[in-house]
Amino acid sequence: MTEQNKGTWGTIKFDGPMATKGFALNKMCYSFNGSGGRDEFRKDEAAYCDKFGLTPEQKEAVIARDIMELERLGGSIYYLSKFAGVLGLNVQDVGGIQTGRTTEEFKAYLESQGRGKHND
Amino acid sequence: MTKIIGGIGTSHIPAIGIAMNQGLEDTPYWKDFFAAYPPIREWLDEQQPDIAIVFYNDHGLEMFLDKKPTFAIGCAPSYENVDEGWGIATIPPVTGETELSWHIVNELVEQDFDPTICQDIKVDHGLTVPLSLMYPGHNYQHLKVIPVCINCERYPMPKPSRCYALGQAIGKAVESFAGDQKVVVFGTGGLSHQLDGERAGFMNTDFDLDSMDKLVNDPESLTKYSNDDLVEIAGAQGVEWNMWLGMRGCLRGKVTELHRNYVAPISNTGAGTQLLLNE
Repeated sequence: MTEQNKGTWGTIKFDGPMATKGFALNKMCYSFNGSGGRDEFRKDEAAYCDKFGLTPEQKEAVIARDIMELERLGGSIYYLSKFAGVLGLNVQDVGGIQTGRTTEEFKAYLESQGRGKHND
Repeated sequence: MTKIIGGIGTSHIPAIGIAMNQGLEDTPYWKDFFAAYPPIREWLDEQQPDIAIVFYNDHGLEMFLDKKPTFAIGCAPSYENVDEGWGIATIPPVTGETELSWHIVNELVEQDFDPTICQDIKVDHGLTVPLSLMYPGHNYQHLKVIPVCINCERYPMPKPSRCYALGQAIGKAVESFAGDQKVVVFGTGGLSHQLDGERAGFMNTDFDLDSMDKLVNDPESLTKYSNDDLVEIAGAQGVEWNMWLGMRGCLRGKVTELHRNYVAPISNTGAGTQLLLNE
């Protein structure tokens, strides 16, 4: 059974080509595990992007906090979550950004599929 | 004979660790979720397992894309948890194990599984949040932990059927280990959720509940899904069902459900909790 090319709407499959495209970006975000990396990024974001060899498009999307664009440019949500952490955003904030909702609207969407549906 | 006494399915999301640190367990948002755990803690206290095999996925703390194992097993005397970058408090070192774990990897290779063998890895929230849930106040040092890490991030990922078979092979290996130690197995993560893309926030509570039923009596039916199927049905991170399948594979006796809970949403996920007895 090979279904490797089947796509799901609104989902970017993080496969080999995407991982290749996003390697430098993800490596930069991986460095946010340590406070040293986070502090250095905050001091000069553009210089930090250059240090890791991001493409101009990736760098621009980092500066613009454009999470969806970063995913299209090869960012893995695991490492982008660490970037979001540097920005002080949680997973509901990030969900809202990606889906064009406010954080409160995004939370309401989550509720509508869960406790708002099953009340047992 | 070393015996696997049971399996526990549990969420491992960071928000749980943060809620515990902030003492939010009894607040309206969290109380139904945390209500699942006292019966499990009582069971663990009665049973006193010596060892916990924990199926988890690393979310980019130890295993970056440069060298990312499909399956990895820890054979270390201890495991450290460090800063993951977004504010979850670290927990004290986790006690490891170097006898059964080596036996497991030797037996796995004989059974044609070839995991990455790790003598020094840092463990992230995928492993630490479940431990904190089972043993509040970081009272887990007496428990010897064997981490089993599954790639749930980058395709190609191991198939659900393969994760289940890995569990079966680990279960078989444990049963052939001399001594009378008691082993519990944790399947962590899930359940349905999606963090990325325009589809972020997707959940499927009906699928989660139905799959928790199947996990008890018909786990093989869940192994028929591909990872792409799981993404479609349970969201992009719904592939974390693979850790639950690994756990269930380890239970090779008569399996009965002792306890279950399900709350959605908890953060962006359907949060399942399940205690399975293996006789």
